[in-house]
Amino acid sequence: MTSIGLAQIAIVLLAVIVAAIPLGNYIATVLAGERSLLSPVLSPLERVFYRLAGVDPAREQNWLAYAMSMLAFSVVGFASLYALQRLQAYLPLNPQGFSGVPADLAFNTSMSFVTNTNWQNYGGESTMSHLTQMLGLTVHNFVSAATGLAMAFALVRGFSRAESPTVGNFWVDLTRSTLYVLLPLSIVVALALVALGVPQTLQGSVEATTLEGARQMLAIGPVASQEAIKELGTNGGGFFNANSAHPFESPNALSNMLEIWALLVIPFATAFAFGRAVFDYRQGRAIAITMMIVLVAGVSVAYWAEAGGNPLLTEIGVDPSPGNMEGKEVRFGPAMSALFAASTTGTSCGAVNAMHDSFMPLGGLVPLFNMLMGSIAPGGVGAGLYGFLVLAIIAVFIAGLMVGRTPEYLGKKIEAREMKLAMLAVLIYPLSVLAFTGVSVMLQTGLASLNNAGPHGLSEILYAFASATDNNGSAFAGLTGNTPWYNTTLGVAMLLGRFAFVIPVLAIAGAFAAKKKGAASVGTFPTHGPLFIGLLLGVIVVLYLLQYFPALALGPIVEHFALLAGKTF
Amino acid sequence: MLSQIRPAVVMIVLFAALTGIVYPLAITGVAQLALPAQANGSVIERDGTVIGSALIGQNFASDRYFHGRPSATTGPDPADPSKSIDAPYNASNSMGSNLGPTSKKLVDRVNATIEAEFAAGRVDVVAADAATTSASGLDPHISPQFALAQAGAVAKARNLSESQVRAVVEANLEGRVLGVIGEPRVNVLLLNLALDRLQ
Repeated sequence: MTSIGLAQIAIVLLAVIVAAIPLGNYIATVLAGERSLLSPVLSPLERVFYRLAGVDPAREQNWLAYAMSMLAFSVVGFASLYALQRLQAYLPLNPQGFSGVPADLAFNTSMSFVTNTNWQNYGGESTMSHLTQMLGLTVHNFVSAATGLAMAFALVRGFSRAESPTVGNFWVDLTRSTLYVLLPLSIVVALALVALGVPQTLQGSVEATTLEGARQMLAIGPVASQEAIKELGTNGGGFFNANSAHPFESPNALSNMLEIWALLVIPFATAFAFGRAVFDYRQGRAIAITMMIVLVAGVSVAYWAEAGGNPLLTEIGVDPSPGNMEGKEVRFGPAMSALFAASTTGTSCGAVNAMHDSFMPLGGLVPLFNMLMGSIAPGGVGAGLYGFLVLAIIAVFIAGLMVGRTPEYLGKKIEAREMKLAMLAVLIYPLSVLAFTGVSVMLQTGLASLNNAGPHGLSEILYAFASATDNNGSAFAGLTGNTPWYNTTLGVAMLLGRFAFVIPVLAIAGAFAAKKKGAASVGTFPTHGPLFIGLLLGVIVVLYLLQYFPALALGPIVEHFALLAGKTF
Repeated sequence: MLSQIRPAVVMIVLFAALTGIVYPLAITGVAQLALPAQANGSVIERDGTVIGSALIGQNFASDRYFHGRPSATTGPDPADPSKSIDAPYNASNSMGSNLGPTSKKLVDRVNATIEAEFAAGRVDVVAADAATTSASGLDPHISPQFALAQAGAVAKARNLSESQVRAVVEANLEGRVLGVIGEPRVNVLLLNLALDRLQ
């Protein structure tokens, strides 16, 4: 670890916080339906959307109708994306002449983009036409993130309102999140990326004759526009197979920092937006601080692990001082690779600028554990906040048990129904991750996809199901995921991780919205101070270590000790 | 549920038009007008032919050139397109090796690279980037250590003095922005172009 590496990390995180506070205020304004800076330009467009869709923006929905709208939108999105991939050979903007995407891969990819996962069992530059990249994948990058933000604000309204039968209108939240938040930010970031060297063209490839006279086909396309929303929407699906490690997706250190900033800024802003929406800034700040502590802890471990080099290679003569460079780009180095890895899995982004599969065992443990915790530091767009609020409910419940009072969060009594729903949401993750991993390691077809032997092989499979369930999308990419088994099971894991989690969350939102708001008294457990932050961190550690320690011990932890003993597989 | 179908379908169509067509085309239009060099891939031409992109690494095997990092990219086998074979710096199929830290394949591969580099007289201490594959397989850069280590061998192949070649390397070193942001590096293609211009 060097002081310059630590300074690079600090610069990015500081820039995130500085921008997240005002952006959070803005997001709260937008989702409260208030006028904002961009209203003069965007509100006529917004009204066109409502009129054509037959939506009355003033009419709110109860939680069930809200959930139904969200599901209907997701089903239609899934079906149209599936059709687009299958038919791309017959559609325009296909300069490389790619054929239709096979059924199992199209299922996996559609599920992946509708759930904001962006797991990629395909290589972008060798599978998807420009039309599919733009009309299919880019669109879902926007709307799946907007859906996440909408659901988070349905839950926030559960806390901010009292005795309300409704939690908002899904169509309004979806439209406003896209038009006012994601689109303007994407335009700015996309143009900044072009200025830094990211291509933006409708050409398919450029043919070059190298200095040594060989032919090199440079795959190219409308990269910057997709890159911007890929990070801002915490989607992570790259234009190219190598994702943000590809020099056309991120040509230099500045573009790399901009991309990390873009993937962290909305999730942190959402925490501050929550504070403003519940009329207590300190509540949002407490959550943002807790998120930052978890994120920084992860970055520190990953940077430490990657900066030291691989002792097995040091032994045969490789200079360890630049760190573990297998699967890393020279222009990023270990510090920016570690920050990217922890940030992309701390959010549900899943973009990568280095190959996580080639990280040191403890370096790779960080992104894996971040995802097993449900990507909550600071989480995906919207998904991070509602995931975190579920943990806050559990933390307050445990605090209530310890002192023998009915637990309350923001004046709302937490009763049996809400606790059952919160636990249901939390238990979906280990059920999906551990069950699918367990079955895969017992099947020949599951093991045939491995790229690495020994404990690292188990890590590859565990990582895949953690990533899919968590709707992250990053990978220990050595695993060959494009097989009927993994296309199907990973698709189902994404489905469970998104919808089986969020429907209980919306039910909690409905239940809280209907409750009275109690006034704070001297006996109320304050949820904005260091005690609460400590409790929240304790709940996170206990909950997730208990669930996953045995699996982690068999994967990255045993690999670490094997490495120290000089063993290879 | 049926009442939800109309808004769902209309919204997908409208968002597809706005974020899937208008947004990327508008960005393309602005980028092509304002920043055509970057928007088209930072392409380098020499004597009227495109010789590559300043951002994408190339495979250098000749003694007369500085070599880039090992690359893990593959391409279709010309004999049997259903199979893939090693194709370093294939810019249509970016990928890393994805070999884990305890992989025997990784250790064997690094060993073979080191032996080859020593045999070619290109290294004294093995720089980390000289022995490892990059994440994209298209890394355009190498570390200053790896570049300087190759200077002697390149000078010999070109009948130049080592100090002449070292001077070209020094001129092509890229440092950190404001002393903090980024890593010290050398762009191999630009370095080799500068060498060709020397003679």
